[in-house]
Amino acid sequence: MLNLTLKVWRQKGPKDAGQMVTYPAPGISPDMSFLEMLDVVNERMMEKDEEPIAFDHDCREGICGSCGTVVNGIAHGPRSATTACQLHMRSFKDGDTITVEPWRAKPFPVLKDLIVDRSAYDRIIAAGGFVSVNTGGCPDGNSLPIPKENAELSMDAAACIGCGACAAACPNASAMLFVSAKVSQLALLPQGQPERRDRVLKMVAQMDAEGFGGCTNIGECESACPKEIKLENIARLNRDFLVATVTKRPVTASQGGGA
Amino acid sequence: MELKSKLPSGPIETAWDRTRQELKLVNPSNKRKYSVIMVGSGLAGASGAATLAELGYQVKCFCYQDSPRRAHSISAQGGINGAKNYQNDGDSVWRLFYDTVKGGDFRAREANVHRLAEVSVNIIDQCVAQGVPFAREYGGTLANRSFGGAQVSRTFYARGQTGQQLLLGAYQSLERQIGIGAVQMYPRTEMLDVIVADGAARGIVTRDMVTGKIESHLADVVILATGGYANVFYLSTNAKGCNTTAIWRAHRRGAAFANPCYTQIHPTCIPVTGDHQSKLTLMSQSLRNDGRIWVPLKKGDKRPPGQIPENERDYYLERKYPSYGNLAPRDISSRAAKQCCDEGRGVGPTGLGVYLDFADAIGRLGENVIRERYGNLFEMYERITDENPYKIPMRIFPASHYVMGGLWVDYNLMSTIPGLHVLGEANFSDHGANRLGASALMQGLADGYFVIPYTIGDYLVNAKVKKIDASHPEVKKAEAEVTGRVKRLLSINGKRTPDSLHKELGKVIWEKCGMGRNAAGLKEALQRIPAIREEFWKNLKVLGSGDDLNVSLEKAGRVADFMEMAELLCIDALERDESCGAHFREEHQTPDGEALRNDEKFCHVAAWEWAGEGKTPILHKEPLTFESLHLTQRSYK
Repeated sequence: MLNLTLKVWRQKGPKDAGQMVTYPAPGISPDMSFLEMLDVVNERMMEKDEEPIAFDHDCREGICGSCGTVVNGIAHGPRSATTACQLHMRSFKDGDTITVEPWRAKPFPVLKDLIVDRSAYDRIIAAGGFVSVNTGGCPDGNSLPIPKENAELSMDAAACIGCGACAAACPNASAMLFVSAKVSQLALLPQGQPERRDRVLKMVAQMDAEGFGGCTNIGECESACPKEIKLENIARLNRDFLVATVTKRPVTASQGGGA
Repeated sequence: MELKSKLPSGPIETAWDRTRQELKLVNPSNKRKYSVIMVGSGLAGASGAATLAELGYQVKCFCYQDSPRRAHSISAQGGINGAKNYQNDGDSVWRLFYDTVKGGDFRAREANVHRLAEVSVNIIDQCVAQGVPFAREYGGTLANRSFGGAQVSRTFYARGQTGQQLLLGAYQSLERQIGIGAVQMYPRTEMLDVIVADGAARGIVTRDMVTGKIESHLADVVILATGGYANVFYLSTNAKGCNTTAIWRAHRRGAAFANPCYTQIHPTCIPVTGDHQSKLTLMSQSLRNDGRIWVPLKKGDKRPPGQIPENERDYYLERKYPSYGNLAPRDISSRAAKQCCDEGRGVGPTGLGVYLDFADAIGRLGENVIRERYGNLFEMYERITDENPYKIPMRIFPASHYVMGGLWVDYNLMSTIPGLHVLGEANFSDHGANRLGASALMQGLADGYFVIPYTIGDYLVNAKVKKIDASHPEVKKAEAEVTGRVKRLLSINGKRTPDSLHKELGKVIWEKCGMGRNAAGLKEALQRIPAIREEFWKNLKVLGSGDDLNVSLEKAGRVADFMEMAELLCIDALERDESCGAHFREEHQTPDGEALRNDEKFCHVAAWEWAGEGKTPILHKEPLTFESLHLTQRSYK
């Protein structure tokens, strides 16, 4: 059993200043996940009529992207390629003091304790992170052969879970790894070609509008990413962005109805 | 209550086509006059909301997560079935239909399943067009793998993240509609009641999970795509937030609940490590292709697995089911594991586990081949258990995973409340008493992309709903009830946390209404559940207020509904005095332990009507008829 001390960010609401609060966490099993440890601490707090620590979580399998806290200064904690829900307490030693904080990035305002608002990521997708295809009338799935290599690279990029760790880890709070993952996934597939230039311009514009910073190739995002999304996606985005910027022509729909 | 299934007559192969021809259409310019509420943003909800918005309806979509992309469909690993016959191995719409009806142990509607198999091919095309990065062959064509309960390879997949990729495809379509203003999205918003006014579902009451604001949303039609209730067991492979509240509240307002006792227990999950356990993690059943399952021959043998010699091991699946061995179906494997543990032969610190041993496969094929096949799963196992499965056998145990039961719907996916439609896992429609692997994703997307867009227009044209506004007495009444309930949860001021009560309930359901059920156990559960419920309402503790983000309050509301739902689950399990699929009544088994159906008495859908608090629910039966397939004893031997 581990006897730990937690220093946790507590913030009542979006407008509250917030502060670090220390809690003892004795008798923690090394088999617990990090979030289960927080569950245990919360149950004990509630028994003493203290409000539990609020944190986002859902699948606890590392795929939904809900969880995300900065543990000892590292987004998702010390274990690489691991979300906070899959981090286990055996990664810590008896007697450790662990700091637990929310994502720190201006476009992710804190709602309460460790919970932040990540809707900026949804708005970036809504700006262009899709293939404009309505339901129905699609060609047969095999009518469009895709080289296996491209399919695999596309899947590598598509593995992003949208947790926000990249922006939280970046000193500039840049969302480039997230944006580039979606841009790359679709740019690598034939289905993504018709809107390829338009997409990158719109997504980057939305990213800027949300207040995310620029990328200065530091690479913190890549090392924090629980899904090992690679920096090369950012390079791909930059190339596409450059080409799109120089070649972009305004599209005007032709007028006129039928007979 | 009358169950009007609206099932098409005539040849099954053309039934859906004929139905579509008969369904009324809404003129394109009139669609924008109709409003639709979609609750849930998983595969069924996101695909349905996006498609309806594309057609021109005004759509509001709600989810409790912070983003629609996080719905639990995202956790599905294995794949999605599609009767494409790309492998030229004899697949067809008919064969997928047959496999699904048989897999469901002849407790599903033929017409629904046939429609599902038909649209399965359109789903694959749709997802490819969206840019879902399915696995491919070197020639660039789509790859397939085989999956349980089928003799053909028809499962499409994206590594071990098929659910994620399909959901992101639907989510992106939804975000596109949100971006152009065709869908209003309400994340972190929980539906707490349905508004039924003038005989039809006309809206929902929600709670904003950030500000605590309770609000009504009105529309011409309401759709629930809110997933399953497997968390009634407390521990399951479902996400922590998955709950029964939406469908349970609808049930209390008049929607019949069908076959609640059909709950699926998956055989290969990582065992519980202690009381702190908060959820269970699935290990894909594909591992059973190369792993051998065993327990020690002797009771209480606590030696490490490596020190137990071959002749003191019991490879019980290979012994009991020599032809299928370790690939015996999900329900059979789960029950066999439980039996070994009940006998005191379970392994691991808790005694609730069996070994899944890869030593033979590694010896035969080499560690590299095993790494190529299952590397990511082995890594996940190691991350959770800190044991190296290349050296030490994995420990696995069954866990609650999926529910086939749900709200009763007609062929058009409408519940017994006019205007309230139900999609995906939240309805009962297509899987019968047991769901085959890779069929959940198929059903969710079938309902959302290809069924509801056709049937909803027909409802709107025929129902001729009149606009209502927030001053309607039923709206006020529902809002007041929700507000009162939130206040009540906050004011009990007892000593027990929502989780501790949920755990207590889950333990009873798991023990008495889990893998094996019998009359005595179910009767005992039916005594204990009301007592736990009483304890809940007397001794619950929820701190904080209702006016801001309050995680305990959210949990408490969901647990309160599980407390009621659990009772219906056990009532249904007791009433269905036969074994079928995942519902295993120990009293009814063949000499070799297979589920023994009673087609004479139980070839029906059990649809329960809410009769009021403290009253016994009323059972309605929808007979199941099999005209295309013959009722046979399901056998995989």
